[in-house]
Amino acid sequence: MSQAIIPIDNVTLKERLSKATRVQRRRALLLTMPLVIFLIISFVLPIGEMLWRSVHNPTVSNVVPDFAVAIQKWDGQNLPSEAIFELFVNDLVAAKKNREIGKTVGNLATRINYDIPGSRSLFTSTARKATNLKAPFKESLIKLNKKWANHTLWLSLQRNAKDITPGFYVAALDLKYDDQGNVVQADELYQIYMSNFIKTLEISALITFICVLLAYPIAYVLSTLPLRQSNLLMILVLLPFWTSLLVRTTSWIAILQTEGLVNDIFVFLGILADDGRVQMIYNQTGTVIAMVHILLPFMILPLYSVMKTINPTYMKAALSMGAKQSYAMRRVYLPQTIPGLAAGTLLVFILAIGYYITPALVGGEDGILISNLIAYHIQKSLNWSLGAALSAILLGTVLILYWLYNKLIGIDNLKFG
Amino acid sequence: MTLLKHDKSKSVLILLAVTLFILIWSSKSGSIFLAPALSFLVLFGIPLYFVKPMPTYASTGDRLSRYSFVAICTFIFIFLITPILIIVPLSFNAEPYFTFTEGMLNFEANAFSLRWYEDIVHNGMVDPDAVSGWWGDMWNNAQWIRSTRNSFFIATISALIATTLGTIAALGLSRPEMPYRALITSLLISPMIVPLVITATGMFFFYSSINLAKTYTGVILAHATLGIPFVIITVTATLSGFDRTLIKASQGLGARGWMTFRRVIMPLIMPGMISGALFAFITSLDEVVAVIFIADVEQRTIPRQMFSGIREQISPTILAVASILVLLSIVLLTVMELLRRRSERMRGITPS
Repeated sequence: MSQAIIPIDNVTLKERLSKATRVQRRRALLLTMPLVIFLIISFVLPIGEMLWRSVHNPTVSNVVPDFAVAIQKWDGQNLPSEAIFELFVNDLVAAKKNREIGKTVGNLATRINYDIPGSRSLFTSTARKATNLKAPFKESLIKLNKKWANHTLWLSLQRNAKDITPGFYVAALDLKYDDQGNVVQADELYQIYMSNFIKTLEISALITFICVLLAYPIAYVLSTLPLRQSNLLMILVLLPFWTSLLVRTTSWIAILQTEGLVNDIFVFLGILADDGRVQMIYNQTGTVIAMVHILLPFMILPLYSVMKTINPTYMKAALSMGAKQSYAMRRVYLPQTIPGLAAGTLLVFILAIGYYITPALVGGEDGILISNLIAYHIQKSLNWSLGAALSAILLGTVLILYWLYNKLIGIDNLKFG
Repeated sequence: MTLLKHDKSKSVLILLAVTLFILIWSSKSGSIFLAPALSFLVLFGIPLYFVKPMPTYASTGDRLSRYSFVAICTFIFIFLITPILIIVPLSFNAEPYFTFTEGMLNFEANAFSLRWYEDIVHNGMVDPDAVSGWWGDMWNNAQWIRSTRNSFFIATISALIATTLGTIAALGLSRPEMPYRALITSLLISPMIVPLVITATGMFFFYSSINLAKTYTGVILAHATLGIPFVIITVTATLSGFDRTLIKASQGLGARGWMTFRRVIMPLIMPGMISGALFAFITSLDEVVAVIFIADVEQRTIPRQMFSGIREQISPTILAVASILVLLSIVLLTVMELLRRRSERMRGITPS
């Protein structure tokens, strides 16, 4: 006859155990909470807020609020009605007096100018004369400037009067709205973002590939030499890893410039004529070379940590059974290093597609990557929403790769040295 | 093919012969290029130390492939280390060039100078030749000194924040009963993965809206965030080799949570904590994207100053600064290596 052990206070052992585990789980979670909260405030919220900008589009409804509501009822055929025109002119007159950032006519003009290049002055000049306009507003506005009879302009205003817009993603994906308001491919001249994004992916893939080629033999040497010697050689890998990225970039400028070390050696050896020196920096070549150098340790270290655990007797067994060195390498050694290869490849690729500093310094014209375009829109053109939309696309790509990394390798297996 | 039989003295002879050949060849073309010959000797002499003797039954093909493998590896190692080392002799250039002058290659004394190191101190000073008040002038006005002060201040505080919060979180993450471990770990590592431009612009907008942009607090918060993944990685790595029965033993002997942490856990994970802190420190010291977006002129750091230096007026002063930074990274690397050995000793692993 079996009977549950019931302690004095009538709580079974099972219940007590599960209670104790709950307390321990909560304690463990509590320990991570300060950092999680810190990161949410300093990192997750800022990025979230920026991504919100990529769809948030309050300009039109801020500057001409009553018009923004009314234009939504317009069916998009012909021109809007006189009532809507009247609201527009009244709002414009009111907006002219507004000096608050984000609510001026200038903001409105800039916003519509993104959609219809060249329409900026139309808004600013009309706003200056808006007080003198008399009813009927439709006719007097068109009389002031016949661009106001442009159907596309009103379609753009209607589209942008909504607070949430896919418009910036349309621009970021090299699409545009045509005269009827349909999404179509942008003119070839303006297709810069997607081609740059593809170029970024290609260059990153190239960099990753070169890193694999260079890192594999190095990691192999490091993992097979006796510890004392490999520690010595490890310094050659870790010193670049610990050295400032700007130092390394500067140094590549010194090495690769036309009057630099590599050119000097080539001229010295007679490979190049003194007047035929090659430009190797401030272009794509320079970017690739410098980035390979900067990212190489991120490939060597994961490979090394996997190769170190490989038992050398497998190779010996293969060789003793008659396999040639190259065959044994391919069929016995290589498959065992796949986890390290995958980790290094994904890590280098992820870091490469978001790289900013090196392309900005040595990229010149054709070495510009997507990060540099994002920075351009945030700092120079001030089209923050477009920058945010590009960021969202880049971030999405990176997060997918990060998820893959987690799935395949597990982020907690990441180690340095 | 006796030439390829492994024999260190023979290899050294060949190497010397090639070096001599380069010397003679270069002397014919005008001046003696001592430096290239010497560097050749060093670059190809060192690998000999690492080459294992081959068994006697190895075929010529085996030998050839072995030697070409050694040559390839040598070239990759040269590729890795040259950019770091080349900076140092270049920074002693007497001319305002980014390249070796002929005088430098021939080791002429007047081709070298310390002028760019002086320039680090003098640049921005009101009166570099003044006798009185020189130190105060340098401390307050010299641009590089200012940015050095900023860099070290920001790096120290942000490394402290990252290490404190990171260690506490790593303690939680390494507990066996931790729920949602994978999710939380990937959140904590993500500042390393998310492209810096995205992080920096996000922070720029957000910190502007709460008046933290263009302040030291803003930059420190940003750098602490970026340093956290490295602290988490190093400290959890140390904790993974941690014998958890020690905690039970300590509790069994009556120690409470804090006592257990301070007297049992902390001494054992100290090496990991320090290397995590160093990682966070160097991350901040090297970080420039967040500084570009968040900081103002007042918070300029060394890398920010170098960034604009490279972009605007590229002068060898940058090389002098870079050389000092290389020295700093050598020091940090040595400290890390000592810590690693100490931690290995504590776990009973010794190098063979």
